[in-house]
Amino acid sequence: MAEFRMPSLGADMEAGTLVEWLVKPGDWVKRGDIVAVVETQKGAIEIESFQTGQVEQVLVNLHSKVPVGTPLALIRTEGEPSRLTPLPIAPAAPISIPRAVTPRSAPVALGTPPGVRASPAARRLALENSIDLTTIVGTGPAGAITYADVERLASAAPVGKKKPSAWLNLDAMRTAIGAAMARSKREIPHYYLEHQVDVSLCEQWLVEKNAKLPPDSRLLIAAVWIKSVALAARRFPAFNGFYHDNKFEPAPAVHVGVAIAIRGGGLAAPALHDADQLSLSDLMSRMRDLVQRTRAGRIRSSEISDATITVSGLGERGVETLYGVIYPPQVAIVGFGKTAERPWVVDGAIGPRSVVNVTLCGDHRVSDGHAGALFLAEIGKLLQDPDKL
Amino acid sequence: MQQQNVQSGTIELTYREAVREAIRDALKRDERVFLMGEDVGRYGGCYAVTKGLLAELGPERIRDTPLSESGFTGAGIGAAMAGMRPIVELMTVNFSLLALDQILNTAATVRHMSGNQFGVPLVIRMATGAGRQLAAQHSHSLEGWYAHIPGIKVLAPATIEDARGMLWTALLDPDPVLIFENIMLYNMIGALAVDAGPVDIDKAAIRRPGRDISFITYGGSLWKTLDAAATLAAEGIEAEVIDLRSLRPLDDATIMASVAKTRRAVIIDEGWRSGSLAAEVATRIIEQAFWSLDAPIGRVCSEEVPTPYARHLENAAIPQTAKIVAATKAALGRP
Repeated sequence: MAEFRMPSLGADMEAGTLVEWLVKPGDWVKRGDIVAVVETQKGAIEIESFQTGQVEQVLVNLHSKVPVGTPLALIRTEGEPSRLTPLPIAPAAPISIPRAVTPRSAPVALGTPPGVRASPAARRLALENSIDLTTIVGTGPAGAITYADVERLASAAPVGKKKPSAWLNLDAMRTAIGAAMARSKREIPHYYLEHQVDVSLCEQWLVEKNAKLPPDSRLLIAAVWIKSVALAARRFPAFNGFYHDNKFEPAPAVHVGVAIAIRGGGLAAPALHDADQLSLSDLMSRMRDLVQRTRAGRIRSSEISDATITVSGLGERGVETLYGVIYPPQVAIVGFGKTAERPWVVDGAIGPRSVVNVTLCGDHRVSDGHAGALFLAEIGKLLQDPDKL
Repeated sequence: MQQQNVQSGTIELTYREAVREAIRDALKRDERVFLMGEDVGRYGGCYAVTKGLLAELGPERIRDTPLSESGFTGAGIGAAMAGMRPIVELMTVNFSLLALDQILNTAATVRHMSGNQFGVPLVIRMATGAGRQLAAQHSHSLEGWYAHIPGIKVLAPATIEDARGMLWTALLDPDPVLIFENIMLYNMIGALAVDAGPVDIDKAAIRRPGRDISFITYGGSLWKTLDAAATLAAEGIEAEVIDLRSLRPLDDATIMASVAKTRRAVIIDEGWRSGSLAAEVATRIIEQAFWSLDAPIGRVCSEEVPTPYARHLENAAIPQTAKIVAATKAALGRP
């Protein structure tokens, strides 16, 4: 019997609310099937099963908020006998967060990480505003987080807005982004490198390639960027992986997080799995699907937590150079600016060339500028031969 | 001593005189009211509170008693049960221990034990507190102990207005009321409205409004606390000062409203820290306003030693302004 548990969908996730079961006891599931939808600060995430088997029992009621790691269902693998005595349903909401917090004497269970020194008033305000206390530097006695510390953050966001149970909760997403980025800037010693790459050949290649393709299959330059970064990341493992517990673990596969803007002000960077292994056309169609699902608020659990490196591009918006913030626990983010025609010296003569500014933000705990320069140069080199991408 | 200021409609007088006015007023309002205690008549009171009252009101109403706290407190209880409205003066809280059995086992329980057939509408006044170099046996602040007892009310007038006004309201109460007068307040001079009269005895008073921290205190410590608030104001820290006035029952609503606003509290109580009234107030704040708190609750109480005789040691043993300031800065995380 396998336990299907509340997954951790990011380093800062403590708990999730089960909002939808897509299976019921007796259903057969395969590894990778979506079995439930969990609401987190990042929005609603579809959760995939890691097992193949028959759903034996559902252990958590709908709309229960449970900590990461809580068994959600039991899945009986093939050949395993059915359990005779059913287990009791887990008591609803081991973490109960009341919808309305009354100002006085309301018992509130707060999912504050251990070790955070925050006053009760600060905790309550943080809870009401979905603010992650780990993102706040306290100014109270012994560095404790006080009400005023949280208030400064809370006043930046609209206060008192009821959390809609929509697929996409932009307020919560903004809080989650803020928490992740604050943690990144607090913990990760960023270094930045910028590299100008002549991508005239790429552009030319893309025009020729797309001329032969129906409009819905045409490649975007972003797919080329992602593929080049994925291939470079495979060669330079110091930029591909996770930094956990004072230790870097290179990732065996390259899952490129693609920064996707969401209308209304959200941002997500779900993973394009095994981007280094995909052909450009496969990568393109996977990316289209990913963008569509992300904007609809249906990202899969593996996509939200798996990315090993992030690529972000703001060229379409006219930005020349993008200096990113690493999404922890990743250790690098590569930024692409707009492709602009510039006077460029090629073989001793000045001519117009298409040039893009590629940036690398690296984690100095894992790599340094020298390695970063080689990594960027590798991306530049790969972009000179798009046919091989 | 009393000086009338016609223009503002107030008179200047001491706390001692305000208590005397209250006794005189009560005896004039109701012939069932009388005062008894050690040295209250001929001597005029250990702290001169009742000076002149014997001559004015006569030995029937101002009665000197033997040195027998248990005996005359019991007599007061009996008189109250029989329809009188006695004011018993126990010279100080230190000697009240001799009457503790009468207070705790009789006065506080008679209504309950008699199935509501009898009540004890008795008022017991006594002096309390340290600061006069009276050493370990005569410097107690045991009002917090009395506030432990169901069946009685415990008052701590800290202002001239309350010294003047609480007694009559206490006499109207159908059950025993203990009034604790801090010895350091008797010489305090202040203004009182010419038409000052009875005041309520069930609400705490905000003596100074503030936004950063709530000081909760009573009795003699009120003035040290107000001094601390003034010192802190010069540094930009606005303390709200709550005078409890009634130690039993406690006015939880006023305390919690203040703490909900300031999110911090320091309790100043001349009783010893362990098992003190300050401990009770702190616990209630934790019970009722926990989610409003921004800092651990601070307490400035007396050091847990027999009160020393030497002045500098006595001063060091009881709450002082500097300690209140230090506790405030600790709660605010300020250097």
